Amino acid sequence: MSEVFDVVRDQPFFAGMTEEQIRAVAETARLVSFDEGGVIFVEGGPARRAYLILDGDVALSLRTQEHGAKTIQTLHRGDFVGWSWMYPPYRWSFDANVQSEVTAVQFDGPQLKKISLADPELGYELLKRFTEVIVTRMQALRIQLLDVYSTFR
Amino acid sequence: MSPVPCRILSVKQELQDTYTLEIESPRDDWSFLPGQYTMLYAFGIGEVPISISGDPSDPTKIVQTIRAVGAVTDALVGLKQGDFVGVRGPFGTDWDTSVAEGRDVLIIAGGVGLAPLRPVVFDVLNHRDRYANVTLMYGSRSPGELLFASQISEWRGRFDLEVLVTVDHGDDAWRGPVGVVTSLIGRSSFDGETALAYVCGPEVMMRFTIQALERKGLTNDRLYVSMERNMKCGIGLCGHCQLERFFVCKDGPVMTCAQMAESCWIREV
Repeated sequence: MSEVFDVVRDQPFFAGMTEEQIRAVAETARLVSFDEGGVIFVEGGPARRAYLILDGDVALSLRTQEHGAKTIQTLHRGDFVGWSWMYPPYRWSFDANVQSEVTAVQFDGPQLKKISLADPELGYELLKRFTEVIVTRMQALRIQLLDVYSTFR
Repeated sequence: MSPVPCRILSVKQELQDTYTLEIESPRDDWSFLPGQYTMLYAFGIGEVPISISGDPSDPTKIVQTIRAVGAVTDALVGLKQGDFVGVRGPFGTDWDTSVAEGRDVLIIAGGVGLAPLRPVVFDVLNHRDRYANVTLMYGSRSPGELLFASQISEWRGRFDLEVLVTVDHGDDAWRGPVGVVTSLIGRSSFDGETALAYVCGPEVMMRFTIQALERKGLTNDRLYVSMERNMKCGIGLCGHCQLERFFVCKDGPVMTCAQMAESCWIREV
């Protein structure tokens, strides 16, 4: 428990949260690792967890009949993987494949929601952070959609 | 300011539509600063501004990387070794590397925007001891559209340069990052309070990059961008490239965001 607490406390994602809040978050977490080539979750599977990458690389991909598995985005140290546990239908929207050996903090989604409901201030702090991640990713995807390099001289 | 006919020394295809021309220097005392450009004239067709992509420590030739996007650039990339091209310049402002001395340096390029920034990489590496951490972040459309791919591999082998490359769309063979170039900013370690960034790429990419760097603590006087406008004369006379109070051909193309203020949000007219 104390090791997880120390790791969680040191992550920039949680900077600005009180020690008590971080302790509550750390109680929902454990350290995990995944070998290269492994799978963290697959599209359509039940989404109950979130991962904060401590080391390694993760590829989010979608599978289509025409193109097979296509990597949409890669995530790296310091990135959060997965927020499908936050909203119905609580199923993963992508495959998450391990590009290079990953160590991560694994959070229990339903537990995070539970402590957020019990302590709205903590819930707000978490939501602020997750929202920033989501907005940043959405902006990045918008640029990707623009295909800006195709016409640049 | 008539174009000087200069012989093409070599032509190298970089990408499907992008070529690098090595051109003999128009005069013995020819030199340029990183970020400057020349006006290249395809005889009988027209003239276009092209950034210099070579090493500023080698004034014996002009190296220019050209993407074929219209009549003039189509003609330029169609030239062969021994053909002549008209050259005026160099023109414009430079990526002032002297202000980066002692600081972390971020060189951030998107697509063909790596070409105008390559002289900065050469210049910084030529005087590597003057700078703290140096990071090159490069975003491209796909693995097959990475400009200067072999040079990037060479730079990756250096211990004094961090090279981060991402593509918007990977392929089956690509094992590197997939995502836009701004996603690399969080992966590099630099001191946002003092670091300096040189950014070049499509304007929308630069705008998002600027915002991401500002979130990391970089102030707009430490954010350098290269603007692209309709440059014709190269000397601030014709007015084609006017952007508010600036003539991009003369006051730019390289400017700090502090100089630009709100101008970088103005759409091309």
